[in-house]
Amino acid sequence: MDVTTARVVLIIFAFSSLLHGSGGEIPPKPTGGVTLVPPVLPDDGPQAFPDAEKANMPVFTMDYPRIQIPFEITMWVLLASFAKIGFHVYKKITVWVPESCLLITIGLIVGGIMHSVHEEPPAVLTSNVFFLYMLPPIVLDSGYFMPTRPFFENIGTVLWFAVVGTLWNSIGIGMSLFAICQIEAFGVQDINLQENLLFATIISAVDPVAVLSVFEDVSVNEQLYIVVFGECLFNDAVTVVLYNMFNFVAEMPVVEPVDVFLGVARFFVVGLGGMGFGILFGFTAAFTTRFTSKVREIEPLFIFMYSYLAYLVAELFAISSIMAIVTCALTMKYYVEENVSQRSCTTIRHVVKMLGCISETLIFFFLGVVTITTAHEWNWGYILFTLLFAFVWRGLGVLVLTQIINPFRTIPFNMKDQFGLAYGGLRGAISFALVFTLPDSIGRKQLFITATIAVILFTVFLQGISIRPLIEFINVRRTNRNLDTINVEVHCRLMEHTMAGIEDLCGQWSHFYWKDKFMKFNNRILRKILIRDNRAESSIVALYKKLELQNAMEILDTVSGDISAAPSIESLYEDKKSSKPKKKFLAPDLKNMHDILSKNMYKIRQRTVAYTNKHALPNESQSREILIRRHASIRRSLRPGSFQSSATPKSHKYFSLPAGKSLDSKFPPAKQSYTDDQETMSETAYPSRRSRFGQPSRSSSRAMMPLRRLDTLTEVHSVDMVDESSGSGGGTSRTNAGDPHTPVPTKVSRPMTPETGIAKRKRRSGLRPHLLQAGPWNPETTQHGTLCSGGLSGTRRCESVPGLFERTLQGLYNTTTCSYHPKTR
Amino acid sequence: MEALHYLCTHKIVTIDSSSLFSVSFEQIGILHNRFKQLSHNEETLLRENFSKIPDLECNPIRSQIIEAFFDRRNFRQNGEGTVEEIGFEEFLVTMSHFRPPTLNMSEHQREGVRRDKLRFLFNMHDTDNDGTITLEEYRHVVEELLSLSEAMEKDTAKSIADAAMLEVASISMGHMEPDEFYEGITFEHFLKLLNGFEIESRMYVRFLNMDTTTLCK
Repeated sequence: MDVTTARVVLIIFAFSSLLHGSGGEIPPKPTGGVTLVPPVLPDDGPQAFPDAEKANMPVFTMDYPRIQIPFEITMWVLLASFAKIGFHVYKKITVWVPESCLLITIGLIVGGIMHSVHEEPPAVLTSNVFFLYMLPPIVLDSGYFMPTRPFFENIGTVLWFAVVGTLWNSIGIGMSLFAICQIEAFGVQDINLQENLLFATIISAVDPVAVLSVFEDVSVNEQLYIVVFGECLFNDAVTVVLYNMFNFVAEMPVVEPVDVFLGVARFFVVGLGGMGFGILFGFTAAFTTRFTSKVREIEPLFIFMYSYLAYLVAELFAISSIMAIVTCALTMKYYVEENVSQRSCTTIRHVVKMLGCISETLIFFFLGVVTITTAHEWNWGYILFTLLFAFVWRGLGVLVLTQIINPFRTIPFNMKDQFGLAYGGLRGAISFALVFTLPDSIGRKQLFITATIAVILFTVFLQGISIRPLIEFINVRRTNRNLDTINVEVHCRLMEHTMAGIEDLCGQWSHFYWKDKFMKFNNRILRKILIRDNRAESSIVALYKKLELQNAMEILDTVSGDISAAPSIESLYEDKKSSKPKKKFLAPDLKNMHDILSKNMYKIRQRTVAYTNKHALPNESQSREILIRRHASIRRSLRPGSFQSSATPKSHKYFSLPAGKSLDSKFPPAKQSYTDDQETMSETAYPSRRSRFGQPSRSSSRAMMPLRRLDTLTEVHSVDMVDESSGSGGGTSRTNAGDPHTPVPTKVSRPMTPETGIAKRKRRSGLRPHLLQAGPWNPETTQHGTLCSGGLSGTRRCESVPGLFERTLQGLYNTTTCSYHPKTR
Repeated sequence: MEALHYLCTHKIVTIDSSSLFSVSFEQIGILHNRFKQLSHNEETLLRENFSKIPDLECNPIRSQIIEAFFDRRNFRQNGEGTVEEIGFEEFLVTMSHFRPPTLNMSEHQREGVRRDKLRFLFNMHDTDNDGTITLEEYRHVVEELLSLSEAMEKDTAKSIADAAMLEVASISMGHMEPDEFYEGITFEHFLKLLNGFEIESRMYVRFLNMDTTTLCK
């Protein structure tokens, strides 16, 4: 039933996109008849004023050829982007049908129209364009958003599948196809072994974007996810290397045995060389961003330029440029994100995502167009056997390779995982682009193109659509990934330290040993060199801050909703909001989590899921951004005069304000009304203890934050009651009620609040002790677990949001008084 | 073989037949060598032996780890108190908490392994063995964990522990009356707290088949 509606809507979208599509199509027409434009003037001209024509200034001219290329590119990109918008209008489509399918479908339709009007598709997809402009963004995207920890935990398996698996597929499929070619009935005897291998290499590049988003939705276990993710990434690298090699070999008249050995040697040189360049450029990039604090505007540029440089230099030496850009991204990410400001970080993430997304969208789109418009050579035997072998060898490969790797894995892959791995081997953009850029010297290029397109369409449509139900049906092992509570982090850390200790004890080294060693090296040397503010931070503290900040953000979020002119954040959050919730309903076990969440009342956490979809910004970005924002805020606060403003009132409650440090000076007078006020807020919300001139340690300023937050708990009603009710019970007592600089132990006892209903709810929020200070909370809003913006009037919120935020808000209200008035009540 | 003999005579295998299942006899032999090396060929290990291990020195929770080896609770179900010296048997039993998961575990077994491992962690927190982790104990652990990053103030650890405790309270005691007091994390709450944290597949030590005693001090 749903399928039919989906179909109908699909068609509607297809047509609505076509309307745009026709917009995109008009430009090509004039290419045939550039003359269409010039006649307009001459038609008028010669008759009326035949002589004066030359001298007169033309009132209206057009010069289409001049802008043709950029114009057409823009229109194509726009068209593809409109298609993407279209898919997401009706959410259910993208749940059941992968985006790539939809893109191809639209491409097919556009291609059909172009074909019917005898329009040639743009010859955009040449080898150079693809390798120099389309591929880098895609790979940079995957490399930059690679989940680092799981990746390194599974790096052996990932590389095993990526390298050996691809070799296995290429050679297996190539050999079997060569065998098929010997059968006379098919009439393809002219395809020699080299060409078969080349073709096999092309179709062994897997591109499981669609699978990854499915995996993410059903939250399959981390190991499976990362292996598929990593495989697709490194498999591209291997494929391109093999492609270049076989391309070279295919043109050689004779292949001697020594060439095979040279080929193997070259394979390693190319791969490892790429890795080396990547690491080199990664560190250089990180080192450069150490000094960009004064030129924030161009900060993101360095990341792109260095990655691209790594890519180009690797290309120059004909070593694996994909390897280079991926390792570059992996290496620099960690350091760069600590160095750059939060805005730059957001920019980097968005631009990386955007470029990758556009590139991939275009490729899929072209795939559809080209499927219709190119001349095909259809050979039943060859194409069907290609499909068969692609499927069989993939399955066999996973089966065999897993048997080999399983003894080395702590958590072996079971049959279901293996099925997921094998079935997730969709072919995609890379295959298509590679086959399309084949040199014309390959005799059966047309057949190869047709066969590749057939394989892609088959896998993307059949497997892509069916994988979700199948994965859910066979019930692959799943992981609950959404556990970012402090307790889990503490115990995770405790467990890791314990294991490292036990390993030391019994003199065994493994993962944790090396991780330990690397972290030490990293903290002692690398961070000192590469990061401006090089204090190591425990992940527990980081998480704690993150959660605290999430709370803060949540409150600020609602405020920013009120201040109507805050488009930037609005938009930033909107896309997260809109993309996440629809996925939520899919996994039944998320219900469980949801319970926990609702108990905790972390509204914001619903937006954070740990993994990245290839087409969405990673959800962890939220937390990272917050953290980085915080770093940035500290730094920013050091810049004298950057946010000087005139009078802003002091807060009285804020008694732990560092001496000599005027927070208020950092309220930008008018900025909030139109800029990223979340950032400015958080900036102001976490004032650093650093003075502007001397620089006390950053950690002390960091430490300030939590303390202050917990301080606010003391302001909660019942300091005394706490003492009475629990003085003996927990063995803890408040030690420092009077001292504002030390945190009051968060009594876990319940303060006796008069407005029990509200307080109870708030209390569940665990980490939000400040909310216990229930003062003027509006019961309605709290009951919904949200602080909806309409519920609280400005001034009221001003009182109710304690400590940190209060000052921020006051600053805000002061600066935006004219435009902002308490709305209700 | 010596170790094997040792096992047979001391009937370690019977203590928890499943617990040593995924550790081969060779691996036990290697562990035995290591034991001998640590104890300088004595029959028993003392706390001093442990604290002399150089690799362990920079571990922030070294004392907890060492204590765990002398904690009777980790040896058998209803043990209590601590011991002064341990033999190879105790050493091995403590190690067995870190055995890797096996491929075909039934749900029941998995749950058992999970409880076992969590119990081990819980015992590391619960130093006074009263069945609950109090705020004090929690704070202590967090402080230890953070003790290595020199830039950390003690207060930070404290407030983190406080926040974590508050979190526990909110997770485990959904509806608390205002005057209720959450005195500490019981093991049941601990289980609930780390529900979903797949400790059974994460807390393990890969025992090597290679004798590395010559490589480390």
